[in-house]
Amino acid sequence: MRLSTEQQQMLAGEYGAVVERQMRLLVRLGELYQAEHMVNIGSAHISGVSYKSIGDPGLEFLEDIASQGAKVKVVTFVNPCGMDLENWEELGFPKDFAAKQKRIMQAFYAIGVMKAATCTPYLVGNLPRFGEHLAWAESSAVSFANSVIGARTNREGGPSALAAAICGCTAAYGLHLAENRKPQVVVEVNAKLRYNSDFGALGYIVGKLVQNKIPYYTGIGDADSDNLKSLGAAMAASGAVALYHIAGITPEAAAMSTAGLDIVRIGETELRAAYANLNTGKEPDMVMIGCPHASLKEISHIAQTVAGRKLRKPLWICTSRITKDAVTRMGLTAIIEAAGGKIVADTCMVVSPIEEMGVKTIGVDSGKAANYLPGFCKQNVVFTRVDDFLEG
Amino acid sequence: MEKLQGRSVSPGLVSGEALVSRTPLSFYGGVDFKTGVVIEKGHELEGKCVKGKILVFPCGKGSTVGSYVIYGLMKSGAAPLAIINMETETIVATGVILAGIPCVDGIAIANISTGDLLRVDAQEGCVEWQKKSS
Repeated sequence: MRLSTEQQQMLAGEYGAVVERQMRLLVRLGELYQAEHMVNIGSAHISGVSYKSIGDPGLEFLEDIASQGAKVKVVTFVNPCGMDLENWEELGFPKDFAAKQKRIMQAFYAIGVMKAATCTPYLVGNLPRFGEHLAWAESSAVSFANSVIGARTNREGGPSALAAAICGCTAAYGLHLAENRKPQVVVEVNAKLRYNSDFGALGYIVGKLVQNKIPYYTGIGDADSDNLKSLGAAMAASGAVALYHIAGITPEAAAMSTAGLDIVRIGETELRAAYANLNTGKEPDMVMIGCPHASLKEISHIAQTVAGRKLRKPLWICTSRITKDAVTRMGLTAIIEAAGGKIVADTCMVVSPIEEMGVKTIGVDSGKAANYLPGFCKQNVVFTRVDDFLEG
Repeated sequence: MEKLQGRSVSPGLVSGEALVSRTPLSFYGGVDFKTGVVIEKGHELEGKCVKGKILVFPCGKGSTVGSYVIYGLMKSGAAPLAIINMETETIVATGVILAGIPCVDGIAIANISTGDLLRVDAQEGCVEWQKKSS
């Protein structure tokens, strides 16, 4: 693999032992994937942040490299952690869990990451540009950055994204190369997609069908960024889709040829079947919205809908701290709290220990959450559009 | 003694006894990082300990957190001496490089059995192999 002078110096240990080992990791991964050189990255996003996910081995690794003086070289966000970092006690997160989670965050802060734990960095201060190289790990954010923005990132693991953040570069293979971004299967949609949950259900089916291929959608007339966030997240959870194209909507679609590709057809029947598949529960103990983290628009919609009502079930809306601060200033947090809901920051239902907090059946509008929660959090799931949960 | 040539994933030179799995291994949820005991239910190595062995398996599987578990095994003193794979995917590659555990891939593991003696030269990416004397 060709390395620049600076990259060679990193590998030779001239920037210290931490950088040397992180660079060795990037070079070896590059060699495994036959990369010819490195690319400098514009930003990084690290997964594996919740104590529930990484446990003591991850905690010890992060504390080790933080104590050895590791620092990130580019703007770096981290994924949601296992609890609301400010409000955890009131929300009922276990104390011993909180102590470990705080140590993980301290280690990350020492390394120099942004003090924002979110799966939607592109909504709150880290917006890549078209064609920019990134090393992002959160699968839904990878999908959004590649597909909706046209930036270029592989689906990194937590440790490889961290190595890229510390070295400021990553190996040029996979989705960093234009020739690997071509569609591999056409998905012809012939169903009405109205709600985020419809896009989530669609993503769930397509992810299962195409696994790690690149789908090219036709028949999706319109979709806003929340719809696309939902679609991409579900495809990355039920499959390993890191990039998709949508005719007329995503930026690389127009330049792509679909000649000779297999065609998958999704109609109303398939969409209804996806809803049926994902619904494993009847009556939720609580409702959790915000997988991926809720946007300003989604929270505004919920606040408008529940204003003056009393919700039947407890509602948590998971979002970034930055979005929570904004909606609080707009008075929306107060409206939602008056209805019996809460805005929960820094965490989400997938990475928090909700099964230890007495929740058995959960209501969600996210295809990704509906796919993961039975396994990760031993939950029965009620999966439907958000408005169905907001009735008084 | 037979020599098998593969590719270096993480450098080092060690000799030891093989512990072989014919099926992929997940470290996250599959191996206890404090003790090195395989805990995945129904796995062919369930209950066996990887500590001090040359661990041979086709490839990794499961969550990327597995890389941290490999690092944790090293910190707990419960790591295998070396890892040999048919194909080292990113989870195992990341783990062995961060932990400094010698690792070679591209090795045809089908004839290697648990208890065979192996000498791993992970600098050169090769493995010397001697059948367990029966």
